[in-house]
Amino acid sequence: MSILLDRESRVIVQGITGKIARFHTKDMIEYGTNVVGGVVPGKGGETVEGVPVFNTVKEAVEATGANASLVFVPPPFAADSIMEAADAGIKYCVCITDGIPAQDMIRVKRYMYRYPKDKRMILTGPNCAGTISPGKALLGIMPGHIYLPGTVGIIGRSGTLGYEAAAQLKELGLGVSTSVGIGGDPINGSSFKDILEWFEKDPETEVIAMIGEIGGPQEAEAADYIKNHVTKPVVAYVAGLTAPKGRTMGHAGAIISAFGESASEKVEILSAAGVTVAENPAVIGETIASVMKKNAA
Amino acid sequence: MDIHEYQAKEVLSNFGVTVPPGALAYSPEQAAYRARELGGDKWIVKAQVHAGGRGKAGGVKLCNSEAEIYEATENLFGKKLVTHQTGPEGKGIYRVYVEGAVPIAREIYLGFVLDRSSQRVMIVASSEGGMEIEEISAERPESIVRSTVEPAVGLQDFQAREIAFQLGIEPAMTQQMVRTLKGCYQAFSELDATMVEINPLVVTSDNRVIALDAKMTFDDNALFRHPQIAELRDKSQEDPRESRAADRGLSYVGLEGNIGCIVNGAGLAMATMDTIKLAGGEPANFLDIGGGATPERVAKAFRLVMSDSNVQAVLVNIFAGINRCDWVAEGVVQALKEVEVDVPVVVRLAGTNVEEGQKILAQSGLPLIRATSLMEAAERAVGAWKNDLDQNTRVRAVK
Repeated sequence: MSILLDRESRVIVQGITGKIARFHTKDMIEYGTNVVGGVVPGKGGETVEGVPVFNTVKEAVEATGANASLVFVPPPFAADSIMEAADAGIKYCVCITDGIPAQDMIRVKRYMYRYPKDKRMILTGPNCAGTISPGKALLGIMPGHIYLPGTVGIIGRSGTLGYEAAAQLKELGLGVSTSVGIGGDPINGSSFKDILEWFEKDPETEVIAMIGEIGGPQEAEAADYIKNHVTKPVVAYVAGLTAPKGRTMGHAGAIISAFGESASEKVEILSAAGVTVAENPAVIGETIASVMKKNAA
Repeated sequence: MDIHEYQAKEVLSNFGVTVPPGALAYSPEQAAYRARELGGDKWIVKAQVHAGGRGKAGGVKLCNSEAEIYEATENLFGKKLVTHQTGPEGKGIYRVYVEGAVPIAREIYLGFVLDRSSQRVMIVASSEGGMEIEEISAERPESIVRSTVEPAVGLQDFQAREIAFQLGIEPAMTQQMVRTLKGCYQAFSELDATMVEINPLVVTSDNRVIALDAKMTFDDNALFRHPQIAELRDKSQEDPRESRAADRGLSYVGLEGNIGCIVNGAGLAMATMDTIKLAGGEPANFLDIGGGATPERVAKAFRLVMSDSNVQAVLVNIFAGINRCDWVAEGVVQALKEVEVDVPVVVRLAGTNVEEGQKILAQSGLPLIRATSLMEAAERAVGAWKNDLDQNTRVRAVK
């Protein structure tokens, strides 16, 4: 098993006719993802990479039975596209777009709450690299070959730092059940805690790795949740020990603006919750491996 | 994006927030003239810089005559104001704001922020105005009142009244408080602000509620739909390297160290800085060149990093996913032929086609220092810097 995404997922790509979206659609299909269509208003009837394009998400869902969506729509229109997916009955949506206004995301989150929890779409991102269940399906822009199938569940705010961790695991012969990018924005679809819940329930995931960074309350909220609800071992790395206070470090959400938001405070909070913290990014893989060994013994 | 106090006051007054009468000046003569236009016999001259803590730093002066205004302004102009928010280099004063003094009965703190826990706009208020919010939360946390706004319907009157009563505002002035709070919220939400701070909001001895100071920060990602706000940008208040980087689509933050960093991805860039520190060095900058790492971007990045005279070694760390290492390596080689770099350069490539990438770097004839792991790269960069810049490891321009 894996979480959120597997071979059965029927994927549509919103904004599929864009150059980058086309490229990644091809890549996802080659990886084995079941891409069943795309959505671009006004381009219904066209075909991209052998899949049909629809004008609306509703039409795409009716015609293809799609249940997952990847949003590749430019920032001014991305929030609208996410809400369209939620309304059309998509179960899982990944938004790649970087640069969505924060208040648009507040509206998206508010909008999604109009659906009862069992009917509510799960959103990860925006501003993320996507989700991959290695050997099964890829919903995003990451290079699939750096992930081996396995039992480590990864949750991360950063794209390339997540690749770094996966590559270190591959070097050690360790694989990943699912890797979920939750994105670098201040208001995001799912938090560490939301995804921890999924990994805790997934029988295939043995250990969970969190890759956090400065800014925001989500690592501390995750620590609180881990202490009370997670039975599986959790490993974490927090980037930004050298980041100055009050400055935005690339990701819109990577800014220390309150107590508990610096990397050292997050490390302390996570350690106190029983999380094994990798001291530097070069040993994320090793730290996960040693925790797995201890867990097996 | 930050704006000046006088700009924030103009924005907020359009949403029904009361501000003192005031006018902007670019010279001492103009400041004195503005005071005469405003009338009255007491004025405040305020340095317009993008930072809080101006009062303590000497950027706000109470004046009793035009001569005093002239003198105060003359003393401020062209100086760098150093406050606890500016860093040691300070921010240049090129504009002052002249305001008529107001008879203050009490001071209130009022802030609107994006609360990341509730994912809503949160109002933070305190009866202890005039102090910084950090001080208030440390010394008088019980004085802080918080309220979150339901985004579908906006700030309601009852919420604003609750805040007013919790702050101990006299019932006769509740309506003024409600108007102020709702005006700020409306400005925040309609103009895509990420922060509105009025500190202090004052109650005057003649029963008026007035915003004595105002600070607004806007969401860079939403400026495309607010051209009138985007126009308020004042580049004189920004670090010139950072604004140059932003204009070129790179994300750069200057730091105090001497090992320049060129990395793709924000998280990996921060992790690279941390590793340099662990290896015994200090990063000179944060720089995220984006996921792509095209040759043009790498060249721009080298130019930017080398414009910092403190840089004594450069560490390039690229994780090539979709963009293969061989292609990134070509980009690095090409960039180093275009840009003069006279310090050691350590290159670490990882990801797709890493062997081909390494081969291109090795065959380039450039004296690059190569590394395979992140730790090794950081150690080599720190080592190259400490080894007093061995001539053989320098990359020279091949123009």
